[in-house]
Amino acid sequence: MELFRSHVLVCAGTGCTSSASLKIIEEFEKQLEENNLEKEVKIVQTGCFGLCEAGPVVIVYPEGAFYSHIKVEDVKRITEEHLLKGRVVTDLLYKDAVIENQVRDIDEVDFYKKQKRIALRNCGLINPEDIEEYIAFDGYKALAKVLTEMKPEEVIEIIKESKLRGRGGGGFPAGLKWEFAAKAEGDEKYVACNADEGDPGAFMDRSVLEGDPHVIVEAMTIAGYAIGANKGYVYIRAEYPIAVKRLQLAIDDAKRMGLLGEKIFNTGFDFDLEIRLGAGAFVCGEETALINSIEGKRGMPRPRPPFPANKGIWNKPTLLNNVETYANIPQIILNGPEWFKSIGTETSKGTKVFALGGKINNTGLVEIPMGTTLREVIYEIGGGIPGGKEFKAVQTGGPSGGCIPAEHIDTPIDYDNLIELGSMMGSGGMIVMDEDNCMVDIARFFLDFTVDESCGKCPPCRIGTKRMLEILDKITEGNGTMEDIDNLERLAKNIKAASLCGLGQTAPNPVLSTLQYFREEYEAHVLEHRCPAGACKALSNYYILETCKGCGICMKACPVEAISGERKQVHVIDLDVCIKCGECMAKCPFDAIVRR
Amino acid sequence: MATNILTVENFQKLAKVIEENKGRQGALMPILHEGQKIFGCLPIEVQKMISEELEIPLSEIYGVVTFYSQFSLEPKGEYVISVCLGTACYVKNAQPILDKISEVIEAKPGGNSPDGKFTLLATRCIGACGLAPVITINEDVYGRLVVDDIPKIMEKYL
Repeated sequence: MELFRSHVLVCAGTGCTSSASLKIIEEFEKQLEENNLEKEVKIVQTGCFGLCEAGPVVIVYPEGAFYSHIKVEDVKRITEEHLLKGRVVTDLLYKDAVIENQVRDIDEVDFYKKQKRIALRNCGLINPEDIEEYIAFDGYKALAKVLTEMKPEEVIEIIKESKLRGRGGGGFPAGLKWEFAAKAEGDEKYVACNADEGDPGAFMDRSVLEGDPHVIVEAMTIAGYAIGANKGYVYIRAEYPIAVKRLQLAIDDAKRMGLLGEKIFNTGFDFDLEIRLGAGAFVCGEETALINSIEGKRGMPRPRPPFPANKGIWNKPTLLNNVETYANIPQIILNGPEWFKSIGTETSKGTKVFALGGKINNTGLVEIPMGTTLREVIYEIGGGIPGGKEFKAVQTGGPSGGCIPAEHIDTPIDYDNLIELGSMMGSGGMIVMDEDNCMVDIARFFLDFTVDESCGKCPPCRIGTKRMLEILDKITEGNGTMEDIDNLERLAKNIKAASLCGLGQTAPNPVLSTLQYFREEYEAHVLEHRCPAGACKALSNYYILETCKGCGICMKACPVEAISGERKQVHVIDLDVCIKCGECMAKCPFDAIVRR
Repeated sequence: MATNILTVENFQKLAKVIEENKGRQGALMPILHEGQKIFGCLPIEVQKMISEELEIPLSEIYGVVTFYSQFSLEPKGEYVISVCLGTACYVKNAQPILDKISEVIEAKPGGNSPDGKFTLLATRCIGACGLAPVITINEDVYGRLVVDDIPKIMEKYL
């Protein structure tokens, strides 16, 4: 084996790839060649490091130097200074990774300090396109153990014992699901993986598939052995091309090495995996809709029971888990259920990955032990709200979840606590909102999404969500009445009770939770025709503050000549003429124009 | 667009794809994905051929094609502009960006510009939340945008 004195890890997740990390890799290769370092330094293209805000990210080992916001031009300097002369380029390091010119270990950086990585353990560490790197990090060891030392029932017992709950949102005990599928009668059974991550603002599953695809291959094979299936399907969004490519490569490599296919590890067990692409329908994240889609039908849900464990794909018993659930399996097998149970809260064990986004300094992917508080995630890991703005609410669970206000920010995160607050764990989107976000508008945004994505099969969801959206439109345009708010609440409760599948049953949550915690905002829109956050266009106006220097830039920017004023005097906007385009506010160099 | 997509060559490619997938269970979706790659969209002529070869009623295939937002009955423009309207982008003002692009290229979300050169799409989360708000134009990604950036970016493509 070749030995290298330095490793340069470059993030090639979707976030960093979008900001040219592949060009950075090319440039490193070129620079190493020019400096004759290609035998001494190795470039590793990895999956997501998590701290997307700092992207593109480059880490150089053995120093553990964490470079952030790297541009192609910076590569030459890093190569000549750091790799050639051994001097870390401190001004390019991530701001939190340098203290008094000393490089700080990456685990000591605030963003990572409170995290615990199980599902993401290999993401950002190994090259996801190299099966040998996965194997070097204990990859396929759990599968070997299961196939050569354990009976299927023993595997299921371990998963049950670990108290792992489904990470796709519902939180159903995974072990029970496995047991149901194992006990179901059928000549053929299937294992399926739900990688149809449709929740807007969530990208946990994609990062696992991009950063550590083999973990899914290994876990699904283990599941196949446990329930007696020889075939598995991974249903992935077609919008995730990098994930699809890397998973296909992982499947091919695993087959080549005899870790997938016929007679795995020379035992009598055969297992094969196939990728099926989604085609842009959010409802396909619902398990029965996903099954219909795999079968080549419209992705509409089926009534349950029968549950997929009894009648799933082609009406055969099917075990369906989410990506993150599978990503935990090999570690549970290797370290035992006691280890897994020691992490987390009474009812929710292990860790959860969240995609932290919105009005937060450290946008990115975090994995925390269950029971960590929202405050720790937002302020310690996430670094707080940018621009000195005030925290208003955090949205979890996407279109199925709700907005949690500041008063509950010290709540420990677990399945039951979030449901208690009128939200839910969901797949793991966590969007932070500040004082500039209008809660009525956010509810409207989610309903707009649900109306678009409702499959149309059951009337409560198809018609009900549309009616709710109409009412929310009316309120955000300033034409709402108090009766509308009552109707909205009543509709929400009825849709929740009467819809066929999870999409409709949870669609009213964004409305109900904002009504619960931010009712006064709804009332301000209706009674005072005012949007307190200044976000609803119809209800807010632009004003010039006393701090105006009279420079005249806004006057020139205004397309309808609504601004007047003498030079060096405070200017005024004529609200009757103003079309609220916002050009003036965008151009003002003194931040003297506000919208409220 | 004036270019004819329903060429003999394209239909031959489709026939090959159908042949390769015919034996598979649930072959329809993979074939539709490939068909869309070949033709750029799935017009009724293409659906008819798939229907005859797979012996699935045309009505059912039309039902599937129109159910999924990624399948399109009409050709897309030379440049497909996708504005991410995921939650993270939305709370960071993606809507005004969509409005601005719509104004510049004279296309409504989901539609083409009058000359057929651009297709404007409001897409769900593309997962680049660290770059929010973000748009993609074909393979190019533009992130951390403000409305003022749009005219400059669009100049490259107009």
